[in-house]
Amino acid sequence: MKYVDEFRDKDVASDLVRKIGSVVDGMNVSSPVRIMEICGGQTHSILMYGIEAVLSSSIEFIHGPGCPVCVTPIEKIDLALELARRPGVILASFGDMLRVPGSDENMFEAKATGADIRWVYSPLEAVEIAKSDPQKEVVFFAIGFETTTAPLAAALHVAERDSVKNFSLLTAMVRVPPALELLLSDPDCVIDGILAAGHVCTVMGSDEYAPIAEKHRVPIAVTGFQPVEILMGVLEVVEQISRGEATVRNTYAWVAKQEGNSSAKALIEKYFCVIDRNWRGIGMIPQSGFGIRDEYSRFDAEKKFRAQVQEPRQTNKYCGLVLQGKCRPSDCPFFGKQCTQTHPVGAPMVSSEGACAAYFTYQGVRST
Amino acid sequence: MCLAVPGKIVRVDGENAKVSFGGVVKDVSLVLCPEAREGDYCSVHVGMAQAIIDPVEAERVLEVLKELE
Repeated sequence: MKYVDEFRDKDVASDLVRKIGSVVDGMNVSSPVRIMEICGGQTHSILMYGIEAVLSSSIEFIHGPGCPVCVTPIEKIDLALELARRPGVILASFGDMLRVPGSDENMFEAKATGADIRWVYSPLEAVEIAKSDPQKEVVFFAIGFETTTAPLAAALHVAERDSVKNFSLLTAMVRVPPALELLLSDPDCVIDGILAAGHVCTVMGSDEYAPIAEKHRVPIAVTGFQPVEILMGVLEVVEQISRGEATVRNTYAWVAKQEGNSSAKALIEKYFCVIDRNWRGIGMIPQSGFGIRDEYSRFDAEKKFRAQVQEPRQTNKYCGLVLQGKCRPSDCPFFGKQCTQTHPVGAPMVSSEGACAAYFTYQGVRST
Repeated sequence: MCLAVPGKIVRVDGENAKVSFGGVVKDVSLVLCPEAREGDYCSVHVGMAQAIIDPVEAERVLEVLKELE
């Protein structure tokens, strides 16, 4: 496939690996350069293509919190399940959420016992369900980073334009920059460089990251998802470190423009406002989410159904440490024992792009 | 979750398009990319085009990569 195969080329990848190694060798550092990839999709590419293994002597990858399924709080999942159980409600969701455990059950289990839960590929499909079944209320479980927030805004645009009154969002959207700021402000932070998520920047542009790079003296490379693209981002970061620079550079510019997507940003701005958001395993991060503007509260499921989140009953502290890059999945005592892909305990194992799922899939469980 | 896949727009019909992903043709919304035209390659996330791929920039990057040793 064009724009995919070229960026999986083995020879180009080998050249980049050699180049990264020689730059790091020239830096005379005693330990590997520590690079955090923000996005869970990048975490999977790094493990699936063996990038972590082939660069292990020069680069240590620290896996970031960029998995929206993983950071959605359990109480929000409980609320989604509570709404799904109400008569006349159809809960629509991306498939990624269905196996994530709530306090008592997951969505598959709720569906099996009568709740009307549908999984869709696009939020627009949920709008179509609402149009075709006007007697029912369709609630879409709106998770995602900025990448997905844009299609959610587009879904509201279509619902408003077509006067769809039985459609609403249960919002759980999150923003990358405040979470990154929080991680880099931690006194224990050991991150030398950042791979910014290319598809978040496709929507939002990369300007939000410049103050972060400058304040924390950390190089940031806007990076794609194919192995060559990830290696290009890593090379950019280590070259900046070797030159003593700390700025934002875009190594994915044929997709992500510096200014982002103006149509998408305008729709986000129209329907959503920035709010504080609670992240599973991390806690409340100021200004880290999107909520629905008051003038569009008819699309806000929590207001429409007067539903409120309840305190969760169970959490596993290791999930939060993994999400913050403070603990590797294999350091968690539950990993591969009580918590497997067949019987996941924590969200980073459930989500197809969670760090625990990546380790479990590509490295297996190593005896200690 | 932030997965996006590049595909070629083979037909535009209002705010919708048929996009070919290596020969597999899917319906894609152009609400977020109203400037997209037939023949463009676009990056598609959850059924919506989010960016038109810049072929000149992609070619420039591939040329730079060829120069690596």
